[in-house]
Amino acid sequence: MKKAKKEVLMQGNEAVAEGALQAGCRFFAGYPITPATEISEILSIKLPQIDGTFIQMEDEIASLGAVIGASLTGVKAMTATSGPGFSLMQENLGFAMIAEVPCVVVNVMRGGPSTGLPTFPAQGDVMQARWGTHGDHPIIVLSASTVRECYEMTIQAFNYAEKYRTPVILLLDEVVAHMREKIVPGGKFEIINRLKPTMPPEWYIPYEDSPTGVPPMADFGGGYRYHVTGLTHDVRGFPTERPDEIKAFNERIFRKISRNMKAVSLVEDYETEDAEITIVAYGCVARSARRAVKDARERGLKVGLLKLITIWPFARAAVERVLKNARVLIVPEMNMGQISREVKRVNQGKARVVTLNKMDGTIITPQEILARIMEVV
Amino acid sequence: MTEATKLIHKYLRHDKKFPHVWCPGCGIGITLGALIRAIDRIGCRKDDVVLVSGIGCSGRLPVYVDFNTLHTTHGRALTFATGVKLAKPRLNVIVIMGDGDATAIGGNHFIHAARRNINLTAIIINNNIYGMTGGQYSPTTPYGMKSTTSVYTNIEQAFKISELAVTAGASFVGRSTVYHALYLDKLIEKAIHKVGFSVVEVISHCHTQYGRQNELGSAVDMLKWQRDHSVRVEKAATMKPEELDDKIIIGVLVDKELPVYEEEYARIRERARKAVRSS
Repeated sequence: MKKAKKEVLMQGNEAVAEGALQAGCRFFAGYPITPATEISEILSIKLPQIDGTFIQMEDEIASLGAVIGASLTGVKAMTATSGPGFSLMQENLGFAMIAEVPCVVVNVMRGGPSTGLPTFPAQGDVMQARWGTHGDHPIIVLSASTVRECYEMTIQAFNYAEKYRTPVILLLDEVVAHMREKIVPGGKFEIINRLKPTMPPEWYIPYEDSPTGVPPMADFGGGYRYHVTGLTHDVRGFPTERPDEIKAFNERIFRKISRNMKAVSLVEDYETEDAEITIVAYGCVARSARRAVKDARERGLKVGLLKLITIWPFARAAVERVLKNARVLIVPEMNMGQISREVKRVNQGKARVVTLNKMDGTIITPQEILARIMEVV
Repeated sequence: MTEATKLIHKYLRHDKKFPHVWCPGCGIGITLGALIRAIDRIGCRKDDVVLVSGIGCSGRLPVYVDFNTLHTTHGRALTFATGVKLAKPRLNVIVIMGDGDATAIGGNHFIHAARRNINLTAIIINNNIYGMTGGQYSPTTPYGMKSTTSVYTNIEQAFKISELAVTAGASFVGRSTVYHALYLDKLIEKAIHKVGFSVVEVISHCHTQYGRQNELGSAVDMLKWQRDHSVRVEKAATMKPEELDDKIIIGVLVDKELPVYEEEYARIRERARKAVRSS
C-alpha cells in the first residue's frame, strides 16, 4: 500500500531548495548572505547526494557566472542571494538575458539600501528586479507568500526559464523565506526541459527565429559548436552591427515573453468578484491582506484581494479585470511605492488608488490594512 | 596544403567570421596560432574544447575558432569557465584573458580560481594596456609609463601576473613572449596537459596604443625588445635580482601536484551518498 504523504514543518528557504531539486536543478553556485543562506546550506548537502554540484564562489558576480556556465552545458542551475548580492548579479543577469541562458536567481529581499537591515523583511527590490541590469529587456519575476508557494514557484521559475530560454527571478522576502509552515512536499508537477536541436550540427542556426521566438539550445560538448556572446548578435551568434539584425534580435527577445503574457501572468483572487475595494498585494504582505479582507467581510464590507504571484511582467489584465467592480484599489507595500506605480498606470484614473507604504523593517499587519480599508470606505 | 593552411581550415571559422578585429602586428593573433598548434598536437576533439574569454581585444579571440566558444562579461571569464567545467568535467576548458580583464576587474576571480585548483587552463595575454578602449593604463602598465589616462606618467606599481598566480596557489604557471611563438605552443600544450589550474602568461605588445604613446616603435621593434629582454627561468636562477630588473623570465615557473577540485568533489559526492544510505 502506498504511504500517505507526510505533512512536514518547512521553512520558505528550505521549500525553495526542495522545489529546485524537484524541478531538476543539479547545479548551484552561491555566496553566503542573510536571509538566503539556508538555500545554499541545504543544497550543499543535497546536491552531491544526487550527482549534482554545489560550489561556494568568491562573490555573487562569480556565482551567477558559474550558474550560466553550467547551464550552457545543459544542466539546470540556480543561485540565491539577497539585495546586496542581487546588485552584484545585475551584470551577469544581463548576459543570461542577451545570450538566452536559462537560469533561476532567487532574491530574498531584506531592508535596504546598501547593507540596510540584513535580518528584516522589505520589498524594495521590485524595480531592481525589473530594471536592475542595464539595457532594455523583458524579465520574468515571480514571488511567493506561503511556504508551499516557495516550493511551487521555484519549480515554475525553472519551467519558465527552460521554456523561454531566459533568466527567471524568484523574489521572496525575509518573512516568507524564514517562516515555517506545515506543508505536504512533492506532488505532481509538469517539469519543462529546454528544447534541444535535433537537426545535424551543420544545419544548426543557434539564434534563428521561429513562431515561438525561442530557438533550440545546444549543450556545450554536445556536438553543436557555436558561439555565445554578450554582444548583440546575428542568428548565428556572431556579433553584429547591422541595424536590421539588431532590431530583429531585440524584437524576438521581447516577443518571446510578450506573446506568452497569459501563460506567465500568475495571480490569485480572493473575494474579488463583488469587491468594491480591492487590495493588490504580493509576498508576505498578501498574507496580511488576506486576513484584512476576511475581517472586513465580517464587517459587511465588499473587500477583495488580488494577489500578484508574477510580479513582472506586470499582471495588467488581472488589474483591469478587478477594476470593473472596484472603486478603490489599495496597494500595501514594504517600500515607498513600487508596484503601486504600475497599478496607477493600468488604472488610468478609473478608480481611486490608495497606497500603504511601510519601511520600518516590520511587516504590514492585517490591522494596518484594515485601518486603511476603514479610511476609504 | 601547408601545415598552416590545414590548421586554418580545420580550426578557424574562416568562412564565417573574418576579417578579425585586431591591428596588423598584434600579438593576439600569434597567441591564437600557438593555441591552435598546441590543441592540434594534443589531439583534442573540437566538440570537447570550450574556449572562454572576457572583454577586450583578447575577448574577441574565441569567435574566430571552431570550438564551443563563450565570450563572457568583463573579468568574469573564469567564473563562467568554472560552471562549465564543474557541470561537464570531460570538457577541455581554456580561458583567454587580457591583463586588465584578468587582474583588474577580474582580479578576485583570478586568485580564487588559482586557489581552488579546478582543471582549467588560463591564458593571459599581457600587453600592459587597455587596448580596445584606446590605451588607458592597466594593472600591468609599468611605473613611469604613459597612457591616455596617465599622460603625466603612471605612478602605480605593476602586477607581475605569473608571480601573482604562483602566490595564489596555481599548480602550473608558465610565461612566454609572443616573440618566442614556438616555445609558446609548447608551454600552452604543457598547461593544457596539466591536471589542475594552469596559467600561461603571454607577454605581448600593443604597438598601436602602448607602443605609440611611449615611443617604443613598431610591432617589430617591440617584438625585438621581447627577444632582447627575455631570460630563461633556469638562467635567471643564476642571476642577481638587479640584473633581472628589466628582464622577462620565461619558462615554467611552477609545476606542482595539488588536490584537483573535480576529483575532490567526486569524493564529496561519495561521502554524501554514503551519508544518505546510513541515515
